[in-house]
Amino acid sequence: MMAAPRLSISIVPDDLHELEQQSIHVIREAYARLKPLAMLWSIGKDSNTLLWLVRKAFLGRIPFPVMLLDTGNEFPEVYALRDRIVAEWKLDCINVVCPPVAETDPTLPPAARAAARKTLGLKRVIADRQLRAVMLGIRRDEQLIRGKERIFSPRRADGSWDFRDQPAEFWDQYQTEFPPEVHVRVHPLLSWTELDVWRYVEREGIPVCELYFAKGGKRYRSLGESDITSPIDSAAATIGEIIRELEHTRASERAGRAMDHEREDAFERLRAAGYM
Amino acid sequence: MEPDSRLSLVLAGHVDHGKSSLLGRLLHELGLLPAGKVDELAALSAKRGVPLEWSFALDGFQAERDSAITLDTTRVRVKTPLREFVVIDAPGHKELLKNMIGGASAAGAALLVIDAAAGNEEQTLRHTYLLKLLGVRELVVAVNKMDLSGYSEAVFRLREREVIAVLDRVGLPPRAVVPASARDGANLVARGAMGAWYDGPTLVAALEALAAPIPAQSLPLRLPVQDIYRFDDERVVAGRIESGRLAAGDELLFSPSGQSAIVSRLLAWGENGSGPATAGKNVSVVLDRPLVVERGDLASHRLRAPKLTAVFDAEIFWFSLEPLVAGMELTMQCALRTVRVRVQSIRHRIDVTTLEPQLATRIEANEIARVTIRANETVAIDDFAELPATGRFVLRDGYATVGGGVIDATGYPDRRAVPAARHELTSIKHDVSGAERAQRFGHAGAVVWLTGLSGAGKSTLAMLLERRLFDAGYATFVLDGDSVRRGLNVNLGFSPEDRQENIRRIGEVAALFAEAGMVCITAFISPYRDDRRRARAGVERDRFLEIYVKADLAACEARDPKGLYRKARQGTLKDFTGIDSPYEEPAAAELVVDTIRSDAPTCVEKIFELVVSRCRA
Repeated sequence: MMAAPRLSISIVPDDLHELEQQSIHVIREAYARLKPLAMLWSIGKDSNTLLWLVRKAFLGRIPFPVMLLDTGNEFPEVYALRDRIVAEWKLDCINVVCPPVAETDPTLPPAARAAARKTLGLKRVIADRQLRAVMLGIRRDEQLIRGKERIFSPRRADGSWDFRDQPAEFWDQYQTEFPPEVHVRVHPLLSWTELDVWRYVEREGIPVCELYFAKGGKRYRSLGESDITSPIDSAAATIGEIIRELEHTRASERAGRAMDHEREDAFERLRAAGYM
Repeated sequence: MEPDSRLSLVLAGHVDHGKSSLLGRLLHELGLLPAGKVDELAALSAKRGVPLEWSFALDGFQAERDSAITLDTTRVRVKTPLREFVVIDAPGHKELLKNMIGGASAAGAALLVIDAAAGNEEQTLRHTYLLKLLGVRELVVAVNKMDLSGYSEAVFRLREREVIAVLDRVGLPPRAVVPASARDGANLVARGAMGAWYDGPTLVAALEALAAPIPAQSLPLRLPVQDIYRFDDERVVAGRIESGRLAAGDELLFSPSGQSAIVSRLLAWGENGSGPATAGKNVSVVLDRPLVVERGDLASHRLRAPKLTAVFDAEIFWFSLEPLVAGMELTMQCALRTVRVRVQSIRHRIDVTTLEPQLATRIEANEIARVTIRANETVAIDDFAELPATGRFVLRDGYATVGGGVIDATGYPDRRAVPAARHELTSIKHDVSGAERAQRFGHAGAVVWLTGLSGAGKSTLAMLLERRLFDAGYATFVLDGDSVRRGLNVNLGFSPEDRQENIRRIGEVAALFAEAGMVCITAFISPYRDDRRRARAGVERDRFLEIYVKADLAACEARDPKGLYRKARQGTLKDFTGIDSPYEEPAAAELVVDTIRSDAPTCVEKIFELVVSRCRA
């Protein structure tokens, strides 16, 4: 099957200050309007950036718990970084153990089923903790279907997403009132690009996982579960080199994520069912 | 590159006129499509049995590729040789107008795409009118599909004349009209197949020449309060500066409360927090004194503060399938304040096929109208034309976002300005003096201001007092609810603002009666001290007699002569004094008459004696 067409053309970095401030505004708005609130933390570059922005928004504090959707298949380097940051930043971190693959939709392709475990884990923790909102670091440019996302994105009780009938979102006047059975996915990094994130990580000195940096001609550009994620060919061993690589690459960020490439609509189906 | 050289550009135009194709091809011509993309598009187009479709470069969803309609707003950053653009591809499909609003609301400029073969459509007028409504001031037109007319100059000139005529009517004249072909890639970046007759700019050159909007930091300060944090026993006011700049030491005026305080510090973490903060920045403010500040308050400097009003006009766009009618109650979100509002009247609908205002009683989905909006409380607002971020709002009905609008409060008085108005007038001296009038009538003029709960006996006492004074030779008259609501205040409702205005006008009229030499008796609940104080200020000293007609709530409710307490308890009458709205007892009334302990003639006699002592020469 041919892969879906990808949008990798957002190569012009936006002004980092503007992106940072827009994200902080969204984070503060979610905290002001949607409680209880928690943040999904995958320990990847995007969610570490989001965590950093949360600290900026609240003057160094993180006033809500962070949650790792743990399949048990994350890379060891990812777990190590988690433990380090939890200790250094004194995080209230919830490790959410995801249900086994047997409980996922059997009609999905294999890698998508592995990814769907996270959807199940997320739905469970939202129900258990009665969360009104979950904040997470997805970006529009990562994957085409995410390009259709709202910053405040309501989900039905089953977690599903109806991309054809979303509230109009304009003038930064975010809708934060929803029926009680609805929870909200909040996406403060939606307008950032991969390059923006790296430039910001470099500027701010945000900790990132060592797997992003090339060893033996390979590096991970996107970190998923270890069983369904492959490294790319790269010699970029520093943030500066990664930025230069991204300024010239035309390959998609998630090329190494098997779940995106099994079928043209696999990721769209995953998301409609509640995936991040 | 100059800092302001990045520009948000919204793509607009009819669904079939090839916006997405034009953008897809433009990206290709600028070398911004990923490797192998063109082959991928060719394969995808072949699989669907269509000619190479450049719009597939942008359309994300299978649903979109199947229906060939853009379902939602797509943002693409585009770098040209001279400039950076964030291009917002908004759908042209009529039913999906709300997505276009989402796109256009962030844009300072627009690219309108029209089909050389089809020319203007109803949508052209509608979309460009909306763009102007949303604050877009810079526009370039691309006349697309020139290849289909063989790059005919005659066709282009015809379309150029037509579109300029339309845009002139809208009031958004284009900076340039350029011919183009997405299919051939002509006149996008290079002239290409475009005929030699054309000597104007390419599309990219025309876009690069657009002017950047005025930077928000040079406008007056507006800081909507987003949240209040309590960190380390310190209260922190959090919010984003929408316009202007703020520094420690500035005085902040909070609206609508009118409180003010000095900024002692701007807090920051992980950055250098000193120096002024400017528009777009999220700030954490520590004030020099404790104020009751809450989310939705609007902070500004004292000079060029926002307008305070409960009523204003707005141009609105409506999304909901349920039509808008006068009297509809909605929730308005303006900056970060959420208030209940009523659409007081629909002034007119804008017919987007002619741009003519039309009388209308209902506004359907996707229509635009000018309306008068009345909020349940005083709000701090700006005119959109001057301060866009605090001059626009979203309308919600329950959980649905049903529309949005931009404010034009021109002609509505600023309530902040009311007390000052008196000083701006030049007083004309009467030839007939107050003393002469007093001599003629045999007494001086005065205001006898009866205040108290509904059912306390104000009207009864007022009428008895009028008779008593009249019989004693006084020129006297009672102002009561019926006499003023029927005429003078016929345009006022029962919102808190209108009640306040009602009392203000009664105070002014009573003062005129007194100045004319009469003893004017007023009988209104007038529950607020401020309102009564203002009425007192308009009358000569010692000639304003505040009479507190006292009766406890239970007794008043038991009397309930007009059945109002019953309605208030049932909830059909809102904001009723004593039930769900406060009564502020007079602190220093000239006289208190207790209508529980004393009968009416006794009370009247007491008031009569007071009037005589003050007004007899």
